[in-house]
Order: sequence, then C-alpha cells, then structure tokens
Amino acid sequence: MTAASHKISARHVNVFYGDKQAISDVSIDFDRDVVTALIGPSGCGKSTFLRTLNRMNDTIPSARVEGEIDLDGEDIYAPEMDVVQLRARVGMVFQKPNPFPKSIFENVAYGPRIHGLASNHAQLADIVERSLKRAGLWDEVKDRLSDSGTALSGGQQQRLCIARAIAVDPEVILMDEPCSALDPIATAKIEELIHELKGRYAIVIVTHNMQQAARVSQRTAFFHLGALVESGTTSDIFTNPRQERTKDYITGRYG
Amino acid sequence: MTERASIPRTPAPTDWRDAAHQRRMAKRYAAERRFRWLGLGAVLMSAGFLVVLLVSMLSAGISGFVQTQIALPIDFAHSRLAIDPAKLRGPGADLALAAADLGAATDAAAIAAYGPDGDKLLSDGAWTRVRDQLKADPSLLRRRATVWVPAADRIDIAAKREGAPADEAIVAKLDAAHALKTSFNAFFLSSSDSTDPTMVGIWGALKGSLLTMFVTLLIAFPVGVLSALYLEEYAPHNRWTDLIEVSINNLAAVPSIIFGLLGLAVFLNTFHLPRSAAIVGGLTLALMTMPVIVIASRNAIKAVPPSIRDAAFGIGASPVQVVFHHVLPLAMPGILTGTIIGMARALGETAPLLMIGMRAFITAPPGGLRDPATVLPVQIFLWSDQVNRGFVEKTSAAILVLLVFLLAMNGVAIYLRNRFETRW
Repeated sequence: MTAASHKISARHVNVFYGDKQAISDVSIDFDRDVVTALIGPSGCGKSTFLRTLNRMNDTIPSARVEGEIDLDGEDIYAPEMDVVQLRARVGMVFQKPNPFPKSIFENVAYGPRIHGLASNHAQLADIVERSLKRAGLWDEVKDRLSDSGTALSGGQQQRLCIARAIAVDPEVILMDEPCSALDPIATAKIEELIHELKGRYAIVIVTHNMQQAARVSQRTAFFHLGALVESGTTSDIFTNPRQERTKDYITGRYG
Repeated sequence: MTERASIPRTPAPTDWRDAAHQRRMAKRYAAERRFRWLGLGAVLMSAGFLVVLLVSMLSAGISGFVQTQIALPIDFAHSRLAIDPAKLRGPGADLALAAADLGAATDAAAIAAYGPDGDKLLSDGAWTRVRDQLKADPSLLRRRATVWVPAADRIDIAAKREGAPADEAIVAKLDAAHALKTSFNAFFLSSSDSTDPTMVGIWGALKGSLLTMFVTLLIAFPVGVLSALYLEEYAPHNRWTDLIEVSINNLAAVPSIIFGLLGLAVFLNTFHLPRSAAIVGGLTLALMTMPVIVIASRNAIKAVPPSIRDAAFGIGASPVQVVFHHVLPLAMPGILTGTIIGMARALGETAPLLMIGMRAFITAPPGGLRDPATVLPVQIFLWSDQVNRGFVEKTSAAILVLLVFLLAMNGVAIYLRNRFETRW
C-alpha cells in the first residue's frame, strides 16, 4: 500500500515536553475500518502519541512535536491546517468520562451546533438521536434527554461521550483508555460498541488491558520507553511476537 | 519462606484497652469537643455582634423615618397672598408660588394660632408643605384650611421624648389640643440634603450611590473578568505575566484613599471630568474593585476541571468557544461571589470619594452621571459630623437605608449566582 492510502500515517514522530523527550522516532500507519490498539507499560508514551494525532498536545504549552503526521495525505502539522476542523475530523474519547454539565441532548448537540452541521432544530434532534442510537445509549435515555449528562452512571457517561464524538461525523476516533474508570459490565458494552463502530471509522484505542486489546483490535502496536517496539496484526503480536520485549510484556514479565 | 523470617515481629500484640490507650482516647475526644465549642463560640460571637449592630441601628434609626407634624390652620381667603388660582394649573405653577411670599404667610398663620413664638414651632421648610398642598388643590385659596406641616427639630425631638423640659411641655400642650401627629416620613426617602434636619432626605445620596455603583459595575466587571480570562486562558506563563499577577495582587491591597488620589490626578486633573460627579466616583471605585474581581475570577477559572476543556477542544471547539461556552459559565458563580465582595466594599467606601470632591453639600438629587452627587456613606459621614441633635436619628436612618441597599444588591447577586450554579 502507498502512504496516501492509509487514513493516518505517522513518520519519524518525536515529541518533547520541554527538554524531555517523550516519543522518539515513531512511524506507524492507521487504516480505515480497522481498530488499532496501542499497548505498553505506564509512561511509555502511548497516550502522548495518541494526542499528537488530533493535536491535543497543542493545549500543553511546553509540548513540541517533530516529524510528519498525514491525515489522508495531508500534513496535520502544516501551518495551513485548521486545528478546529482537524479535531472535528479526528474525534476523541477520554480516559475519564467528561460529559459537559449540560443536558444529555445538549452534550450531543454541542458539536454539530458549533460546526453548523444542522440548519434547524429537527435536523439537530435527528443527529442527536442517530448518534445516541449508534452509541447504544438511546433506549436508556430517550425519555430524559433534558436530564443532566453528569447524572448518568459512569458507563453511560462514557457512551454519551462516544455519542458526542460521533455526532460531528468524524473519520477517526481516538480513545484514550476509555474503560479504565468503568466496571466490567460497562466495559463489555463499550467493547461491543467499538465492534459496531469499526466499519465506519478508523479507531485508535490506548489500553492497559491486554485482553481488551486482543478482543477489540485487529492491529496492535507495542510502545516502550517512548519508542514503537513492534506493530502488526493483533494475532501476530499476541501469538508470535518478533521482539523479546514485546513477548516479555505480553506474558506479564513487566508492566 | 526464609525471607519472611527476617521481618521483625512485634514483641506482643497491642492491648487497645490498657490505661495509656484510654488516656490517649480521652485526650483525643476532649480536643475534639474543645474545637467544636470554640467554633460554635466564634459563630455565636459574630452573630451577637451582628444582632447588637442591627438592634442599635434600628432603635436609633427607626425614629428617623417618623416625623412629628403640627396642624396649621391657615385662612387663605383672608391672607394677603397674591396668587392667581388660574395660574396654579399648568406649567407656571411653581413660578407663581415662588413669587408669593408663602414663608411669611405660614409664619403669620403659626403666630396667629400658637402665640408670638408660634412660628418657631414649625420647621424652616414648613412653607414648602403649604406650597405642595396649594399645588395639589388650588381651591384652598378661597377658604380656610388646616395644613399639617413638619414641626421644628426641637419639637420633633421632644415629641420623641428626648427633648428639653420646656419643649416637652409645649408638646404636651399641643398634644392635648390634638394639634400634633406623627406619621411616616416619606419625605425622608424622596428629598436630599438640607441644613434643617426636619427637611433632609436620603434620596439624593441613594441615587448618587446607585449611579456610582452602576458606573463601577459597568467598568470593573467586564474589564476584570476579561483580564482574568486572558491571563488564565491565553497569556503565556512568563516573567511578564508573573509581574502582572504580582501587581494585581498588590493593587487589591492598596489603601482605598490612594485610589482617591489616583482618581483626583487622572480623572479630574488630566481628563477634566466634572468634580463630585458619579462618573468620577464610579471610575475611581472601579479601579479599586477591579483587582478583587480579577483575583476571584482567576481562581474560579482555575477551578474549572481541565477535563471539560479537553472535552470541548476534543470535539473541535475553538479557544473562544471553549471559554465562552464552557469555562465562563462554570466559573460564573465564583466570579459573582468575588464581584459581590468587591461591590459591597465599593458601596461602603468613603475615603476615595472625599478625595474627588463627593463630600459637597448637595441639595438636589443628581440628574445624570455628570451632575454633582454624593453617596450614602459620605452622607452618613457628613450628618454624623453635624452639631444639630436632629441629625442623630437621621444618621442612623441613613445607615439603615445603606444596609437595605447592600442587602438588596447582594440578594440580586446571590440569586444570579444560584441560577448559574451547575449541579454536577
């Protein structure tokens, strides 16, 4: 495959926080309709790398990114790239569910509204309903759309955040340990949801949970000490890792 | 298993019931109780002070809202008032009444009714009440009528049982003749400063305070909140912003009279704004209030969880949208709390306003921001300085008005704060 046919392709990415290098020389591709899991021990830089993909690191003043990251062949760090539009195209779900302290409806409607995706209230309500249905939350909240989003349970809040992310019709969804604050049942629901969303978006998910990586992803990348050690299909990484470090991590020698 | 053996073991299991432990427990509980009593004592003491303040102000001030009036029979038909009843209708009424010597007529009527010293029983401004009556009912000019006019301040005080024995005797005599009544002093709420305590009112100072606070809020709130937003959300953190932060913190601690000098130098001497005007007072107090609002707003903005910013940025909101859709609404309760504190301080401030000339004797309520005005605390200060005993109760009454103003202002702010409060 050529570079342009990948949804996102990162080449020689370095990230610095002040003088400290957090990511060194990472090159990796992400494809459409594929869930890619980023795994690795704590502090290995996988969340930092994830946040370079929609330039969320811009909000940290000391962070500096080198290298090239292309979205559909377009350099997202080029000066003419509009960050606001980029983040609409590359949505994000965070570690801790962070719904706005507004109504459920407003939470989902906020993105379409600021990007002008609906011209009237009926269209907006349509987008909200579709997004909530796709996030598997519609049946649970359809009678109380005006309730506060923060009144939902943790798992419901996280699905609300996913609904909020897909409401702006992104091309890529980044998930930063989306289940680490959830109980096993809520986790199972989110994983199921990831399966269903797979056909529509390129999904990149950071996870600490190796079983989760094995369950939801088709490709896996293993990070260690800020470097990409190995990446490949999930089955290869888990059954037949080429690198000793990958094998040690997967078998639980460290982590 | 060999590793475990190296862990040192406690010699004997701890006895949680022995005397030493019991003593420690008793000490702990005693400390707990002591602290609770101390806290309760502190709360009760401050509540006590508040009650003492309110009771003393109310008991001294309530009589300021009550006015003693004397019945004054006037035979308008046989007085030598040269007033054309026809002129009393329409816009020329004030002029026609001013030309007639109502003061002399009023005094003459008092002398006729109450003897040679009769005119001294009435307030100096008694004739204005006669004038108002005539304006309201021009037909009075053709007959004999009784007008209730305010009593002189010594009679007023005597009627409130605090006067000289001679005056109390007069009061008793008038009372027996049913020529004395006390009524709510609506005049106090609708007129302005005067040299005669029976004729003073608080409206001029109240309106001055309203205009001044309006200017202060209009300047200090937006400038303060926008500065705080810029410093927190946009400004890079470097030596310059550190310097600005230190300066703002220092400004909040600068004695208020210094701000008065600043206002004098800048607004009066450089910009040549009118002296004693609400606009200058408001600008000066805005300078004083702004640092308080900036500091409170910055703290409130800092307290907005970063996860909300992440969520909004992550969905593609621009920095301005993040600030105005999410950060500012969530910080608003804290910002309003700071604004209440700053505005309450500004409302009670006297010293800086003295510097810019707002202590003038002003007998008409200000018509606009550029008119000479005074404010409630300055009015209280001026009245408390008066020798005339009639001003004592007026001072307390003015304090009551100031307190009510303060409560109303804070009530509005607290209502707004509760409306903005987000339930998580």
